[in-house]
Order: sequence, then C-alpha cells, then structure tokens
Amino acid sequence: MKFSEIKSHLGGYSVGIAGAGGLGSNCAIALARSGIGHLVIADHDIVDSGNLNRQYYFIDQVGMKKTEALKMNIERVNPETKIDIYDTELTRENIPVIFRDCDIIVEAFDKSEMKQMLAETVLSLWPERPLIMGSGLAGYGKTNKLKESFMGRTLIACGDQESEISDELPPMAPRVGIVANMQANAVVEILMKRKSHENNT
Amino acid sequence: MKITLNNRPEEFVQGEITVSEMLRIKRFTYRMRLVKINGKLIKKDEYDKAIIREGDNVQMLYLMSGG
Repeated sequence: MKFSEIKSHLGGYSVGIAGAGGLGSNCAIALARSGIGHLVIADHDIVDSGNLNRQYYFIDQVGMKKTEALKMNIERVNPETKIDIYDTELTRENIPVIFRDCDIIVEAFDKSEMKQMLAETVLSLWPERPLIMGSGLAGYGKTNKLKESFMGRTLIACGDQESEISDELPPMAPRVGIVANMQANAVVEILMKRKSHENNT
Repeated sequence: MKITLNNRPEEFVQGEITVSEMLRIKRFTYRMRLVKINGKLIKKDEYDKAIIREGDNVQMLYLMSGG
C-alpha cells in the first residue's frame, strides 16, 4: 500500500496520549508523521533541561509546559494533525472525559503507579478500546529484550517488562525512543487492520 | 491446586488463595502490575478479596517505572 493511502486512512482516527515525557513526546511525533488525524495529549509537567536526554523537546523550550511545547513541535512536523492538549494531571475522574472520543490510548507515564491507575481506569471504562502501554525501558542495550506483551485482546505493553529506572539505570534516548516508536507502531498496525477489515466487508 | 500463571502451569499447596496471598507466596510484592483472573481485571484494591481457585487462568503484566 502506498504511504498516501496509509496516511489518508490514519487521518480518520484520534489517539489519546497519557503523558508527554520520553514515551509520549516521541510517540506523538511518530504518529503525527504517520498521518494520525487527531492527537489528544495530557501532561501537567514543564520541560526541564534533564528531559533533553530522551524527550522530544529543545533547549529553548526549557521552562515551557510540555503540552504546549509538544504541540508546537508536532505542528512543525505535520500541521494537518489536529492537536488537543490538557495541561493537567490525569486522574480516574478526568480520564473518562479527556479521552472519551479517542480510538486508541497510549500510556506514556513515568511512574508505575500512574500506569496502573490509567490501565485500570481505561480497561473498566472501555474494555474494547486498545491500550498501548510502555513497561521496562531503563538503561541501554538489550534491544532483543524489547517486545510486545499482550493481555487480553486490547492491551499491549511495549518494553522488556523488567528494567525499572533508578539512579544506576536511567532512561535514555535510544531505548526510550525504541519503546515509544514500538507504541506508535502498534497504534498504526491496529488502525491499519481496520482498513483491511473495511475493505473485506 | 493447579493454576495457569502467565501461560505456565503453577502449583500451590493451598486449595484457594487471594491475589495478595499469591503475590506474597511468589514474592512478587515489590512490583506494580495488572492482574486478570480468567480474563477479568482485578483492580489493586481488590487483591485482598479476589480468590484464585483450582484451574484458574491468571495473567500478570508487570508495570515498570520509566517513560
């Protein structure tokens, strides 16, 4: 299939991105480049110079809200992607509202407690909606350990499922970027299956 | 009892156990995770009540910090 056809199909979908750190910023850029029509991005953090070792921001954006900086960066890549940003901490209360109209949700938090909260909330609210998580990406190397793990039909976790960040095992651009792009890849794959399904019916 | 834990057979001396007990027995307590019993999501605040019985299919997904 030609890229123009892929892009035209992906333009009809909305993807929610929960967190705009290393996973969320890189995943959002990859999805915008692929032609996703609508991104809903939520984060309440600001860009810190320490984020630049892996997150899709620039030195002159240090101090900006991550949601605003990421929107700027996405618009420089693909101005056709519609972007809604929420400069707020995601909770069990606001997730149902913020991500209501998204076809797929990408979990892109840093803290495992937040990952669990989001997954429990999304799986209870929308059991049929795909949720693409990131789990296990600290350090460097071990590329072959990075994989997709499935739970049920709708939940995919990208990562090695074992390496947790610490002072001795920091998150770094190569491995975080791989996992963020694995998440974007899973989103594209799921949405493209809907195209072949449409064509067969 | 015999159960399936992440697609592998697993045996416990107990006849039935809660999710919390299983995590203690398997020394899984230090990690965050998602748990399903026979395809049904068990939320974190239900770990003390949710019972795993003979033949159950238990799935766990580990949630590691970092992103």
